[in-house]
Amino acid sequence: MDELKTIGDTTQFIVIKLGDEQYGINIKYIDNIVRMPHITRVPKVDPYLKGVINLRGEVVPVMSIRIKMGLPEDEFTKSSRIIIIKLETQGYIGIIVDEVKEVVTLDASQIEKVSYDSKDEKGNFISGVGKCEDGLISLLDLNMVVPEVS
Amino acid sequence: MDVSQYLEIFLDETNEHLQNLNTQILSLEQEPDNMDTINEIFRAAHSLKGMAGTMGYKRMQNLTHDMENVFSEVRNGNITVKANMIDILFQCLDALEEYNSNIRDSADEGTNDNEPLIKQLNEILNGGSAAKEEAAPAKERTDGSAPQQESDEVADEKWKDVKLGESEKLVLSEAVSQGKNVYGLTVTVQESCILKAARAFLVFKAVEESGEIVYSNPSTQDIEDEKFDLDFTLIVVTDDTLENILTAARAVSEIENVVGGVYTVKNVHASAETKESETETDSAPEPENSTETAPVKAESDNKPVAAETTAPANAGSSVQQAAPAASKNEKKQPAGKPVVNRTVRVDIEKLDTLMNLVSELIIAKNSLVSASTNTNTGNGANNEVNEQIEYLESVTTLLHESVMKVRMVPIESIVTKFPRMIRDISKKLDKKMELYMSGEETELDRTVVDEIGDPLMHLLRNSADHGLESNELRKERGKPEVGSIFLDAYQDGNNVVIEVRDDGNGIDTESVKNKAIERGVITEEQAANMSEKEIIGLLFNAGFSTAKTVSDISGRGVGLDVVKSKIEALSGEIEVKSKLGEGSTWIIRLPLTLAIIQALMVVVGDEKYAISLGSIQTLEDISPSDVQLVQNKEVIRLRGDVIPVIRLSEILDIKSDKDPNENLVVVIVKKGDRLAGLVVDELIGQQEIVIKSMGKYINKCKIISGATILGDGEVALILDTNSLI
Repeated sequence: MDELKTIGDTTQFIVIKLGDEQYGINIKYIDNIVRMPHITRVPKVDPYLKGVINLRGEVVPVMSIRIKMGLPEDEFTKSSRIIIIKLETQGYIGIIVDEVKEVVTLDASQIEKVSYDSKDEKGNFISGVGKCEDGLISLLDLNMVVPEVS
Repeated sequence: MDVSQYLEIFLDETNEHLQNLNTQILSLEQEPDNMDTINEIFRAAHSLKGMAGTMGYKRMQNLTHDMENVFSEVRNGNITVKANMIDILFQCLDALEEYNSNIRDSADEGTNDNEPLIKQLNEILNGGSAAKEEAAPAKERTDGSAPQQESDEVADEKWKDVKLGESEKLVLSEAVSQGKNVYGLTVTVQESCILKAARAFLVFKAVEESGEIVYSNPSTQDIEDEKFDLDFTLIVVTDDTLENILTAARAVSEIENVVGGVYTVKNVHASAETKESETETDSAPEPENSTETAPVKAESDNKPVAAETTAPANAGSSVQQAAPAASKNEKKQPAGKPVVNRTVRVDIEKLDTLMNLVSELIIAKNSLVSASTNTNTGNGANNEVNEQIEYLESVTTLLHESVMKVRMVPIESIVTKFPRMIRDISKKLDKKMELYMSGEETELDRTVVDEIGDPLMHLLRNSADHGLESNELRKERGKPEVGSIFLDAYQDGNNVVIEVRDDGNGIDTESVKNKAIERGVITEEQAANMSEKEIIGLLFNAGFSTAKTVSDISGRGVGLDVVKSKIEALSGEIEVKSKLGEGSTWIIRLPLTLAIIQALMVVVGDEKYAISLGSIQTLEDISPSDVQLVQNKEVIRLRGDVIPVIRLSEILDIKSDKDPNENLVVVIVKKGDRLAGLVVDELIGQQEIVIKSMGKYINKCKIISGATILGDGEVALILDTNSLI
């Protein structure tokens, strides 16, 4: 990941769950976390784009990170959430996750860069692995997860 | 003086004047003798000079000054308008535009003195000056200084009409008996002047240094309160000479003109008859006075004023004495009203904010409507609520319409530059052509108008360069030698249509096809199967140009795809009709509004969609047995038309659970002159919807033009019916 938001040497991540794995999203890209609203399907788009939602009067697209990463399709439960992401130059986009767990603060020594394995599809979306008490957290590279704006 | 706060006003007004000049000089080329046009040009050049001077843009001032000189000579009949003079004038306008854009970018006019242009202007001037000397020896002209030049042009000698009271007459006759001079002065403040009262005060001060002001019209109090338009009249008693007084008054900045002469009480009676002839040549925007004490504001816009202002510039006494003059004075306003501006310049961002708020209000209103229908059990209290909601609905609709109207501007502001452009192209290519425009008053949203100028320019250039044949070829083909290009704008339902049409060669589909194959855009097999329409569509591909030579004007192949994407970005579309040998027509269709539309809500499967009401022709109830197959496609016959049927559930990948034996609900939509029937499951009803962008991530879906938020907070998609047909 390019510049990590650091306080001293630390970066804050929101820990989410997709299936059994824990992932971390750099907090500086997160605008908001909302419960599952009604998603309006948009026809004729890539399957991982699940549709659009009404976020405070704005229409925001929502994507399934599971489909994008080749995981089994989402099952919406009570703990499902949409994380609203805003990358620098692009508009808002929502990412559906199974559960939002906590916020962790990792310092640079706790983050391990991962070497790329091009065969591992999931690996392409990961910028590093964070180690904390609860175990390992795969840190998501949002620039890879969020689709290119054409 | 710090003028930076006026910079924006200055730029706006300069633009208007330049545009005006462009138009007027073009028409001057057609009718070199039209006095109204010449006056108008003179006036615009003069205002530009004044504005540039005030803002301290010396180079711009010099150039306009020389242009003005040329025109004052033309106006006096000392120089006749010639073709090369028009060319030079156009070059001057280009130079002025360059100054203007420099100023816009950096608040500085740049360093280009445009000396060659000034020299050429002076040559024109000298060519005519010999004649002038004889023709107008009586005039008190001394070459060079601007105010004196005007003194005979802007001869608004109101001081001659001053009617004094007894006490003032007494003062005057006493002064005369003491051997003092009595002068009448009329001071005209520049139109662009913002602090008129302050300027007037300075004039008073300057005059009082050498004499005594015994009378002023309007009264000193009114002048201090800025209750006067552009001029005021003074009677001065002094030992000094008239020339000195005039010079002193003219030295005040932002004073356009001071005229004066020896005042005798007799002047009062001389007014009515002489006045009209004196003011005939007057081109400055003069106010129309209805009574002695109340000069009131006339329109200070940039309207052509020459014709209107000649007659009515009379002071009160003449109105009272001369009935014919009064009848001409159509714009007379009631006395004593303070100066009021009828227009306000508003930042477009403020309007955007207002528009957004109105959008929010409409969404809120829609929620209220849906909430009330959900709880409607038919009791009395609810009826009252419903009534109020209906009232609210009509108010919000009106509010929306008003805000929309505020944002609408006529396309005139962009199309006026086109005749000039075509003229230049015509000269450059040595092809005779004429541009005919209609519908310049058609209004569009401001943001659209700003964006549509470039695409239109591309299309016009294309028509001029590729479309029209050379004069010889036209003659050979039995066409009129002068090619015609048409620009027509008109409103069509919820759309505004702009057509660019030429009577040139039309699009040669064979040549387009070959070029496309050559460029590798399509393969030969593909080409063989393509319809004429599809081939013409290739023109909009990036990097495609069929002109055999690249010219300055067009032919770099960056034109049409840019045009198309720009128009699509405005939610519009472009279409071409062409007939080889007869010409082509480019049709641009733009939505009237970008933000809020009336739509029909429909249900397909379990999803809701909105269809713009503007594109809907009728709603039909069709029995499944009436659907026939033509070339394996479903059609229905409706009042003599064969209309293709589009099942939205298939297009949108929705499972429709409707019984296939039930009657079909068909929404007939139109695009231009073509129709299509959209099959939906159910109609919900008409609703005002606010169009929201879906963001950049979802743009692959061509059949959806946007989204809207419904009363219950859900998002519904808006179908782009144009892409379905």
